[in-house]
This record gives sequence, C-alpha cells and structure tokens, in this order.
Amino acid sequence: MDSSSLIVQFGQQLINGISLGSIYALIALGYTMIYGIIRLINFAHGDIYMVGAYAGFFATTMFKFSFIPALIFSMAAAGVIGMVIERVAYRPLRNAPKIAILITAIGVSLFLEYGGMLLVSPQPRTFPVLFESEVYNIGGMVINSQQVVILVVSLLLMVILTYVVNKTKMGKAMRAVSFDTEAAQLMGIDVDKVISFTFGIGSALAAAAGVLVGIYYNSIDPLMGIMPGLKAFVAAVLGGIGSLPGAMLGGTILGIIEALVSGFWSSTFRDAVAFAILIIILLWKPAGLLGKNIREKV
Amino acid sequence: MKLLQKTKSDIMALVACLAVYAIIQTLILTDVIGPFWQLNIVLIGINIILVVSLNLINGFTGQFSIGHAGFMAIGAYVSAVLTVKFQLPFIAAIAGGALGAGALGFAIGLPTLRLNGDYLAIATLGLGEIIRITILNISYVGGASGFMGIPRYTDFTWMFAFTVFTVFVIKNFIDSTHGRACISVRENEIAAEAMGVDTTKYKVLAFTIGAAFAGVAGSLFSHYFYIAHPASFTFMKSFDILTMVVLGGLGSISGSITAAVLLTFVSAALASYPEWRMIIYSLMLIILMLYRPQGLFGNKELSLKMLSRWTGGKKHGSTQGN
Amino acid sequence: MALLKATKLSIVFGGLRAVSNFNVEIAPGELVGLIGPNGAGKTTAFNLLTGVYQPTEGQIEFDGKSTVGLKPYQITQRGIARTFQNIRLFADLSVLDNVKIAYHFHVKYGLVESMFRIGRYHKEEAEIEEKAIKFLEIFQLADKKDEIAKNLPYGEQRRLEIARALAAQPKLLLLDEPAAGMNPQETQQLMEMIRWIKKEFNLTILLIEHDMSLVMGVCERIYVLDYGSIIAQGTPMEIKNNPRVIEAYLGEEV
Repeated sequence: MDSSSLIVQFGQQLINGISLGSIYALIALGYTMIYGIIRLINFAHGDIYMVGAYAGFFATTMFKFSFIPALIFSMAAAGVIGMVIERVAYRPLRNAPKIAILITAIGVSLFLEYGGMLLVSPQPRTFPVLFESEVYNIGGMVINSQQVVILVVSLLLMVILTYVVNKTKMGKAMRAVSFDTEAAQLMGIDVDKVISFTFGIGSALAAAAGVLVGIYYNSIDPLMGIMPGLKAFVAAVLGGIGSLPGAMLGGTILGIIEALVSGFWSSTFRDAVAFAILIIILLWKPAGLLGKNIREKV
Repeated sequence: MKLLQKTKSDIMALVACLAVYAIIQTLILTDVIGPFWQLNIVLIGINIILVVSLNLINGFTGQFSIGHAGFMAIGAYVSAVLTVKFQLPFIAAIAGGALGAGALGFAIGLPTLRLNGDYLAIATLGLGEIIRITILNISYVGGASGFMGIPRYTDFTWMFAFTVFTVFVIKNFIDSTHGRACISVRENEIAAEAMGVDTTKYKVLAFTIGAAFAGVAGSLFSHYFYIAHPASFTFMKSFDILTMVVLGGLGSISGSITAAVLLTFVSAALASYPEWRMIIYSLMLIILMLYRPQGLFGNKELSLKMLSRWTGGKKHGSTQGN
Repeated sequence: MALLKATKLSIVFGGLRAVSNFNVEIAPGELVGLIGPNGAGKTTAFNLLTGVYQPTEGQIEFDGKSTVGLKPYQITQRGIARTFQNIRLFADLSVLDNVKIAYHFHVKYGLVESMFRIGRYHKEEAEIEEKAIKFLEIFQLADKKDEIAKNLPYGEQRRLEIARALAAQPKLLLLDEPAAGMNPQETQQLMEMIRWIKKEFNLTILLIEHDMSLVMGVCERIYVLDYGSIIAQGTPMEIKNNPRVIEAYLGEEV
C-alpha cells in the first residue's frame, strides 16, 4: 500500500469513525447527565436507545411518518419511557444502598431487552429507507448522505442541549442538583422534577441515536442496545463523567479509534480495544479527559 | 470454652453437609432426581462457589467488581487445556484453573483496585470483556466456536466437595484477622489504614482469592458441559452472579448460598417458558430491590437465633437498624 | 531525644499553603496540645504526621527515623495511632470487632492458618479476644461488646474510637478534638481518662482541641497554630498570656 492510498484510507476511517462516534456521543450524553445527577450507571440506557430505534421504526412503517416527525416521535416516546422508569424503579431507591439501584438498573435493562423480544420478536428488522441515499466522493474518500444526516442531526441536538443546560432555568437547576443535591433542595429547587427532566432529555437523545443507527445500518433488534450502551459509557468515562463536552469528545474519539482498529487491524478486536482504552484512561486519569478530580476529605 | 463451642458447631456443620450429600446422592443413584434436576443441582453448586467468592470481594471487602465471569472463563479454559492437551488429572486441572484465574486476578487487581466505586465496577466489567474477547481470538482453544471435546469429569460428588471446600475456606478466612482487615476496608478505608491495615494488600488479596475460586467454578463448569464457549462468560453472566450476591445480602455467606439455590431453581423452573423467563426474572429483581434493597439477609448470617426471631415474633424487640 | 520531631513541614493544596513551616518537637511521655482558630490547619497537620497527606517540604522524624513517604498504615505500625475529628468507626461492626481490628498488625498467623484454622490460629484468636475485652473494660464498654458501633450514643462512640486507637498499642497517640460534641461533664471525665491512659500505657499524647478548658487543664505544653504556622508554644500559663495568641483568638474566649 503506497502512502497516498494509506492517507485516503485513513481519511475514510476518520469519516466512518466520526459518524459512529457522534452516535456514541448522543448516548454518552444521557449516561453522563444521569450519572452526574444521581450517580447511577444507568445500565438500561442502552436499551432506551433500542426502544428509540423501534419507536422510529414503527413511526415510519405503521404511521408512515417521514424522517423528522419520526425522529421527534421517537425522542418523545423514549423520553416518556425514561421518565416512567425513573419514577417507578429508581426514585423509590434514591436513599437505598447504591448497589441496590444498580441491580435495579440491570433488572430494567433485562426487562426492556426481553420484553422487547416478546413484544416485537427477537428477529432483526429492516429499517425503512427514509431518504434517497447519495454517495459523495471527495478525493477518493466516500461519504454517504446517511453519514451527513447523522452528523447534522447530532450536532444540532448537541447545540440545543448545550443551550438548554447553560441558558435555561431548568438547565441551571440541573447543574445545581448535580453539584449538590441537598443544597439545591434547600434553595427551593424541585429535585424530583429536575431528575425526571434529566432522564427525559437523556432518553430522548439516546432515542435519536437509535433512529440514526437504524438509518445507518438498516437493521435493528431488541439486543442492539447492549454493546453501544456499554461503549457509550466508556465514552462518557473517557471524556470525564458528568461533563457534557466530555461526553461529546469521548464519543467521537471512541468512534474514531474503533473505526481505525477495524479498518487497519481486525474488527474482532474492536470491542476489546474500546475496553482497553477504558482501563487505561481509568488508571491514568480517572476523572477523564475533561473531568475534575475530587478527593475525599479526611 | 468459646473454642469448644466453635469446634462443636464445626462438627455439626460437617454432619449436616454429609447428610445433605448422602440424601441427594442416594436420590441421584436411585434415579429419583432425573438428569434435568441433576444438571441444575450441579449448577447450584457452581453458582454457590461463584457467588460466595464474589461476595468476598463485593460484600466483605466492599470492592465493586462486576467482571467475575472473566475469571470463571480463565478457570474453564485453563483446566480444559490441562486435561485435554496435557492429559493431567482433573484435580490438577482444577488447581491449575484456580491458579491461573488467581494469578490474573492478582495482576489485574494490583493496578485497578486503586479505583473506587463505580470506576472499579466499570473497569472490572471492561476487563471481563477483554478476557472474553481475547479468548475468542485464540484458535488454540477453539476461538469463537468454543473449546470442544472436554471430558465430563464433574459430577455431583466433585461439585459438592468443592462447594463445601469453598464455603469452608472463605468463611474461615472472613472469621480471621485477615477477613476482619478486609471488612475494615469496606467499613472505612481511612480508619482501616489508621489502624495499621495495609488496605491495598487486602483489597488485592480478596480480589485474588475471589478470582481463584471463580476459576474453580469455571473448571467444574467446563468439565460438566463438555465445552467451554466464550458466549458463556459474557458480562451477563457476571451480572447474574452479582445479582445473586446482592439478593442474598452483601456480606452474608448464608445469604449467598440461599440466593444461589433460589435463583438457580427459579431459572430452572421457568425453563419451559423461555420467552417469559427473563422477563419474570428481571421483574423479580426490580421488585426485590424496591422492597428489600439490603437483600434477603442484609449483612447478617443465618443462625438459629435469627430463625427463632422470625418464627417467634419480635419478642426481643431488638432495634438493629440499618 | 524527641519521640516526634517535625521540621519545617509544609503542604500546598492548589497554590494554597495549608500548613507552612510547622515545627514541633515532642519528648517521650509528654502530653502536648495543639490549638488554633478554625481553619488554622490543625487537622491537616495531623494528616501530615500520619501520612494521609504527603508534605510538600519538610521532615518528620518518629523514634529517630524519618516517616516521610510512608503510607498511613506503615506509620501506624511504627507506633502512631490516631482518632478522627469526625468519628470514623467501623460503623456496621460490633464494638468488639472494632477493637479487634486494631490488633491486626500484631497478629502472626498466616493466610493458610486462617483458612483451615490450624497452627497459631486458635491460640492467637483467643488472645485477641481476651485483650480486646480488656480494653473495652477499661473504657466501660465491655457490656456493649456485641452492639453495632453506630448504635452507640455519641459519647461512647468517641470512647470506642480512643479504645480502638490504644489497642493498636502505639507509642504516640494523636487525638483530634476528642471532646467535640461532649457536654462539660463528659469533657471532665474525658480529661481524667486521658491523664489516666497516658500514665497507665506509658504513652505520649498530642491532642487537637477547641475546648480551651480541656487543653489548659490537661496539657503540659501547648503549640498554637494560626494560618498554618506555629505562632507560639509554651506552658498553658505562658500561652494564656501570649499577646499573639490572644490576637489570633480575638473574639474567642481564652
């Protein structure tokens, strides 16, 4: 392989990696927000992404929605489901040992996966084509319209999220609760409402990722959320858990690394490399790339 | 006097074990217990080993590990290599499996146990997956299609002996100064250091012992099912074990045993409704956590006193809060 | 020769000097107080002496050997035990087990002996139990040995923490505000107890205290810390009349 084709291939993997990475980033945002606000690794978050993909699927096949309405429908549906899960399964356990709520999250995750299998059958479904696929060729590198859509939608959602968190009253409340729940409560913030809202937003973002993945890979199934869910958590840790820019950065980096590993080495090691990155970042900089270190007071 | 009491209860426990063994073995030999339940009894034993050993790490030492299936996989594969490729006797293979898993536990524990809480959890989960994916890529042990042709050496007797052995050793460990050191790490790491406990050493020690026994469980597992397959050791298996630990109660060995028996039975009983099995299982988990987040036994051990309190009402009115 | 000697000890947290130029010398058998206004760096100084924090500069010598760079457990094993300002018991363990853990590093039986209950296990365990109960008797906690530590009343939790520290058999005992949260009567009892254990166990004690009457009543010598530096030292009488101390405590009753 000569050097110019190597560069082209590298660029190609970069494009693929950024597309994949922006999907990780969307899921990671929810992970990081939920962890930031109630210190829970919400194992069910990957399954919300699956639910979102199915909501998008049914919106387009049964209700004949076009892309944008289907995306909004899916985000709304997943948002509601996320809020219901928080209300029913997590809120009663807020003062219980941390491990109990984690086990509950595992329970919810299994429930969504196997409930999904029962409800929509374990067979993978083909996601309908929502718009004409066009392929653009840039100096030997190929980028298709799905990838463009993924990038545009993800960026747009991230901008909206950043605006909501930084500029709105609810966003301020979210940051206050995540900084110090008790103090926020004393300041008159309705903590329950804020946590519920966080689950809603996080779930909606995951659902958007689900629809985008459906468009990208054309195939969805009830267990599709397990691996991306874990990977997105890796991305959140990589960027610094609790940090929104961190989740975006972590997702993108992870996506790029995975694409490069599959492109230049072997796709069977792709998942192992993701976890190896996780371990390295945890040992080297446990607070993540953009996180802050906190030490226990003696 | 106290010593005498201890020895006495030890002998009683031994007699009880032998009785349980004799009854079940007779039922198996007389075919009262058929192959399906025999399989599940062996699974119960393997699960008890896994759950008690993970409880040592999570429940007693307070280190949040969710990669136990990885160490089980090491035990399963190392022992299989020893019996199949090197024709070693089963007992040596089990020892090899335990040693391999323990050594890896030590090597992994040393750097990662500096992390706490969720970070350690996610790191161990990642490591478990790395172990599995690595095995998946080693053709010497069958790669993605699994390691086949493993002789069936495990039977009820082997399983029972090793289950009792595991519980005996881990229980003794916990009741010693070393076990107390582990528990002090769980209770308050800073105070433990201030009391002269080398907290890092005891975290790594608990992790290594736990991993070694997971290796034993893996060895028994692969030599029962003729095959070791990477798909048996995903993080779902780790979650399974963790679930049993939490359900039984973090820091309760009798709780771990009860939960392993209970959940294996539930799982077996639901085997004929495959599509409902995991849904009921997951709902049970959620409901149990909502109503009893500390698990069945909390951090206490099942004892005659506890039984009499349950059956005899709340006469003592004890206020042991949580 | 001094049992404990800290020279020019300093620590910097993110640009802020929490303790600077901390010099303390304690002879064997002394009962020394460390006082200072809130936020003066008293607990930070304790954390430096016990290895919880590593000093940015300076030296610590204990029993003639440097302890800089050692981990907290190693320092405890050398013979410095401590209590904490905000009680740190093993909350879910019994009172007896709390004390037993302090014996941990004196125990000689190994891993295999513990797993199979062979060799020295039985003899040493019996010894540990006996000694632990003896300590609980001294602190009037023996009849509560099976209670869960966190269920004890506050004053008893403080006593248990001291009992536990003593069970580690230290040469130097560091007490971080032992009278915090106690009423005057309890404080009085505590003072007597501190004097008594010092004599009984041939101990050297350094204590941080906010309660002036306790420090003045019980300590032989006092160091005063303000803004991370020692500003005065001397007998209680000298400290009481030191203008710099009065200034540092301005508004507080000396």
